[in-house]
Amino acid sequence: VSVDLMCLAARLDEARRVAIFGGTHGNEMSGVMLVNLWVQNNTEVQRKGVEVQPFITNPKAVEKCTRYVDTDLNRAFTPENLSTLGGGDLPYEVRRAQEINRMFGPKGSPEAYDVIFDLHNTTSNMGCTLLLESSKDHFNLQMMNYIQKSIFPASCLVLLNEHPLLKYSTSRSVAKHPVGLEVGPQPQGVLRSNIFESMRDILKHALDFIELFNAGMEFPPCTVEVFRLSERIDYPRDDNGNIIAMVHPNLQDCDWEPLNPGDPMFQTFDGKTIHYQGSGTVYPTFINEAAYYEKQQAFATTRRESLVASAIRKA
Amino acid sequence: MELDEVVCFSRFSRVAICGGTHGNELSGVYLVREMQKAERKAKERGNDMEVITVLSNPRAVQRGLRYIDTDLNRCFTHAMLSGSNTNDAPYEIIRSRELNALLGPKGSRDAVDLVCDLHNTTANMGLCLISYSDSDWLCLHVFRHLQRQMPDVPTRFIHFNATNKESYSLDSVGKHGFALEAGPQPHGVMRSNIYTTMKMGVEHVLDWVCLFNSGFVFEGGSVDVYTVVRNIDYPRDRDTHNITAAVHPQLQDRDFCLLYPEDPLFLTLSGETLRYKGKEPLYPFFINECAYYEKGIAVSLARKRRVAIPAIRVQTEQEQQAKKDECTSEEEEE
Repeated sequence: VSVDLMCLAARLDEARRVAIFGGTHGNEMSGVMLVNLWVQNNTEVQRKGVEVQPFITNPKAVEKCTRYVDTDLNRAFTPENLSTLGGGDLPYEVRRAQEINRMFGPKGSPEAYDVIFDLHNTTSNMGCTLLLESSKDHFNLQMMNYIQKSIFPASCLVLLNEHPLLKYSTSRSVAKHPVGLEVGPQPQGVLRSNIFESMRDILKHALDFIELFNAGMEFPPCTVEVFRLSERIDYPRDDNGNIIAMVHPNLQDCDWEPLNPGDPMFQTFDGKTIHYQGSGTVYPTFINEAAYYEKQQAFATTRRESLVASAIRKA
Repeated sequence: MELDEVVCFSRFSRVAICGGTHGNELSGVYLVREMQKAERKAKERGNDMEVITVLSNPRAVQRGLRYIDTDLNRCFTHAMLSGSNTNDAPYEIIRSRELNALLGPKGSRDAVDLVCDLHNTTANMGLCLISYSDSDWLCLHVFRHLQRQMPDVPTRFIHFNATNKESYSLDSVGKHGFALEAGPQPHGVMRSNIYTTMKMGVEHVLDWVCLFNSGFVFEGGSVDVYTVVRNIDYPRDRDTHNITAAVHPQLQDRDFCLLYPEDPLFLTLSGETLRYKGKEPLYPFFINECAYYEKGIAVSLARKRRVAIPAIRVQTEQEQQAKKDECTSEEEEE
């Protein structure tokens, strides 16, 4: 008798404890509004067999309607920051990261929350994007596949950031299964109704998936197309570090569309075109994100890849 | 106003182009920087006209914020300009007084002839020329010139009727002034198409001033003017004051599309549509402008009307001299 191992479902723990983070960046309004709504009335996010906690991660930044107060909370969950002493002398967001790690972690331990959804907006024309931190997280892959099928014909792409240098320590990384939600385009500080409703809809399907999984449903193997983060491209700058060109009108708003070597990339202030000089076709994303000017990023390049998620079932 | 009357104005000797009055409205910031770089290469426009370029709020620009302590573009009333600087004065009050010394003093003979203040908005407003007056013929002629020179860009004239309230913005420091507003653009972002629009707009303004100075007679005509009537705030929670609804998807991005009574205005978080309850159809703009959340404005509403403008030209030297002599003899009689 031969057993096809590929057909055996991976047995995974139930996802009992789930958190929804809003306001990790205080001026990304969809998440702020959704979490505030659900903190007041959590009916919409209740699911059988799941404990769902909506939570504002950076209340001071939300109050000031700014991305952060001292330092970017979504870069603050490094091992150094989480273990450092210093109390009141530490930057606000580092203290906040430690507190969040205590409440929803500790990161890497068995006590950590099962799933954390972290809600973000972007000024880039990325539509709905799911952010994946590991290509080996079959639970997340299955969830993302479920979401994509549920919202069809609307679309939701998956951005995978597993890059050893470009990967960063997010607030959601405290959980066993971190899921980022990025919806754009929306200016910082602005609430657009269509963007808000899209994010709300995605979360609804995500929670449905968890409920089904916890109830014992088996999800068969599936293929998920992902965009793997490859490179960060900065604006052309002069010797003083000042930006000397803008995202080219042909590239502006073309997130996820193929960028080929030789295609226009930047336009200088006096109208000259700078072309993409890469070796092959890439799929650009985070094109002209406001918050990335200070992080030296005009856009990021990605490469398309298909990942196979094994069948999963609760243990 | 007689049909063949030509109204004369003194020549423009000094024009100020101001960017970064709000530090995160980037078109003006980068345009002023580029103009200053070009100035260093000694570029003169001729006609003895001086173009002054100013980065209005450098600290806010450096930090990528709208303002540090308070909105600079509300700090130019006579009262705010005339106090003395104390140690705890907000940064923008100190700055408004510096700008008044540089470009004004407001209301005096030494003030620059024209202030053109560059702004961006998150609202889908195209290019707008914003002024306190609907009868400053110079500004209205500049506007008409922009419309004609940039037919592919939706260009409109917005009039803030400030008869009861004193003017408070930077453009009120010059003898003539207006804000040039381009959108939609998120704050903190530079969109190349919006930058290009702003750059072309400023070039056409300066071209017009040179043409005016050279003695060209600009024929009369008429232009559409949008006069602000009222603002509508977001629905808010009584206790927290937080907003409880978003601009309705059917209104979002529809700046300058006529809003009729009962048209959708807001969509609440629970899915209810709130409608416009006014009796008069009005033109909405500044729809969902980020910076106006804290000012309690979700949308501004205006009436549109056709305004007749006379022919204008620059005063000749003889006319200027005659006017001076007239003033002198009047003073002597007193």
